[in-house]
Amino acid sequence: MNIEGKKRIWSDYQKEIADDHFFYVRSCIRQSFFPGSEQFFLNLMRNILKKDVYENPAHTTCTGIAYHSDIVPSATIMTVIARHFALMKESGYKNIAISCVTSFGLYTEILETWKHFPKELEKTREYLFKATGREFDIPENIAHTSDIIYKFRDEIANKAKNTLVNKETGEPLRIVEHIGCHYAKMFPKSGVGGAEFPNVLSGMVEAWGGKVIDYPERRHCCGFGFRQYLVQANRGYSVSNTEKKFSSMKPFMPDMVLTNCPGCTMFMDKWQYTIKEMGGVTYGADGESVPVLTYEELAGLVLGDNPWDLGLQYHMVQSEPLLKKLGLEFDSTDKYKTKNGKQMPIPKNLINV
Amino acid sequence: MMNGYVVVIGGGVAGMEAAGQLAENGCLVTLLEKEDITGGHLNNWHHLFPDRRNGNEVIEYLHKHIEHDNITLLKNTIIDSVENSRNKFIIKTTLGKELNADAIVVATGFDLFRSERKEEYGYGIYDNVLTSADLENRFGTSDLSLKNGELPGRIGFVHCVGSRDEKAGNLYCSKLCCVTAVKQAIELKEYLPESNVFCFYMDMRMGGALYEELYMESQEKYGVNFIRGKVSEVGESFNNKLIVKVEDTLAGRPLKMELDMLVLMAGMEISEGSRKVGLALNLKTGENRFFASIDNHYGSNRSNIKGVFYAGSCTAPMNITETISHARAAVSEVMNYLKKC
Repeated sequence: MNIEGKKRIWSDYQKEIADDHFFYVRSCIRQSFFPGSEQFFLNLMRNILKKDVYENPAHTTCTGIAYHSDIVPSATIMTVIARHFALMKESGYKNIAISCVTSFGLYTEILETWKHFPKELEKTREYLFKATGREFDIPENIAHTSDIIYKFRDEIANKAKNTLVNKETGEPLRIVEHIGCHYAKMFPKSGVGGAEFPNVLSGMVEAWGGKVIDYPERRHCCGFGFRQYLVQANRGYSVSNTEKKFSSMKPFMPDMVLTNCPGCTMFMDKWQYTIKEMGGVTYGADGESVPVLTYEELAGLVLGDNPWDLGLQYHMVQSEPLLKKLGLEFDSTDKYKTKNGKQMPIPKNLINV
Repeated sequence: MMNGYVVVIGGGVAGMEAAGQLAENGCLVTLLEKEDITGGHLNNWHHLFPDRRNGNEVIEYLHKHIEHDNITLLKNTIIDSVENSRNKFIIKTTLGKELNADAIVVATGFDLFRSERKEEYGYGIYDNVLTSADLENRFGTSDLSLKNGELPGRIGFVHCVGSRDEKAGNLYCSKLCCVTAVKQAIELKEYLPESNVFCFYMDMRMGGALYEELYMESQEKYGVNFIRGKVSEVGESFNNKLIVKVEDTLAGRPLKMELDMLVLMAGMEISEGSRKVGLALNLKTGENRFFASIDNHYGSNRSNIKGVFYAGSCTAPMNITETISHARAAVSEVMNYLKKC
């Protein structure tokens, strides 16, 4: 492995990422399954990095999952996304920050479509105006929120209370980075580092002291793949894809997986439970499963946030082994308590507990 | 008798052959080469297809060819600008030299496709991914060892790297990669008889004299395996083996193979030097970005500028035989032109 070769590729794929004044659009899946991630992002940007990030309460789903299931036609999704651009215009923002990789892929795909087929853009303007009376501008800057954390990775490193080092061995943590397919595989220029050797997550890992693992199935799908999962009869195929990835990374003994896509986080986390139930197979050291974290969760740990405020307890694969390697102090009895200290029900059959 | 002043731009196979032939025909020739050595890509080729003769033999022939009183060789010379006044040319070099010419032969050749542009193959990232040019150099030094010092047991060749590839911006066939892969596969089997060699191809385009015979020999005598399919991606395993994913389109199934070494058959592109010379001379290029001749059938040496002629692979991928023939044809065109001036 020659890191200089990767650096050469990364230098070809450096996108412009706005520095401030973001119109933030949330992710349906992340709000539901990893709510601490988006909360952390807003806190980081507004209170630590002192950036202006605006959310408009009228923002809706992008309908991406329905689009990829052939339920929502392209004219509809273009109009929905045009409405988001209209909300951004009305709010006085020009830089869009997108939390979801599926949404990010759709925004980039639609902007590219409008560039090549201007009539589609004009039709969309007409549909939106007729339906809502709204008008919109094309964003000046479009970034996935992992792009933004990547941009500020050194600022985060400068404020770090923890580094990605195994405190017992003194060695960097061995981290698998997994990039959502829709981040850059369709349009390599839209992602930091391109599609084949993306730098967006590996840049964070290295800035915060960890070591990136390159393994043969690094580019393979997490197992979500929309139709593989949404069509119930295909779910065995979905699990088999996840199994293929984890089998490939197992010899490298990863300490954790870092993802930037809500579907990837969900499926690489939850299918580990399924695979363990099906055949007793695990992929981490000492029979443990491998924690799968979002980039916000990892940034939060680096900055010293309480893991339960970050929402790590809502993953199927629990993070205690990782937290111990990081040398963090935590109280597992607080995992399922509300902010007011009220005990919530404790899930059964969690793994890595 | 002096028949005219001709500047030949490019000291590779085509330029050397053209310069020699022009000198023999009584022209005063200045041969310009941007490097400090003539011979171009041929300097890097150990053995040539289809007969596996030593590349140095052709180089020696060309060197003797340009040892002529009528030829002035200027190495390390790059063109800065060209003035064209009623088909009399004044060529200025970056070293401040001025050359007058009645005619110009452009023989600026090709560059090999930069294989790192096909990022999925991991050239420059994985230690044991080479290009066909790298392998040829290894043959020259008889060093086929892997990064860890061991000899490879399983070797793959990827055809059409940067050729017939819309994503790479090159729709054309580079024409010589198939036969080069066959030649190199045979040579590998000779060096390493116990090795397994696989060629991943789209079509085998063996359209030259003795090429098909070489292809048959590689299978029947040497046991080279040909798999029809395009490699989709390359990775590296825990023990530093290359993991190659490819679809076997004849068997109708995907394959995942573990290899020790992968050789990328880099295609040919118009050279960067050609691009600059083309701008200086206002030369037209085709959709494939090579120089466009005024007629594909009977004017392949003629450019859109009167008095400027093409020789060799600045117009299209060519093998050495074709390049030398094309250079000789260019000389014929130049001589006819000078007679009419």
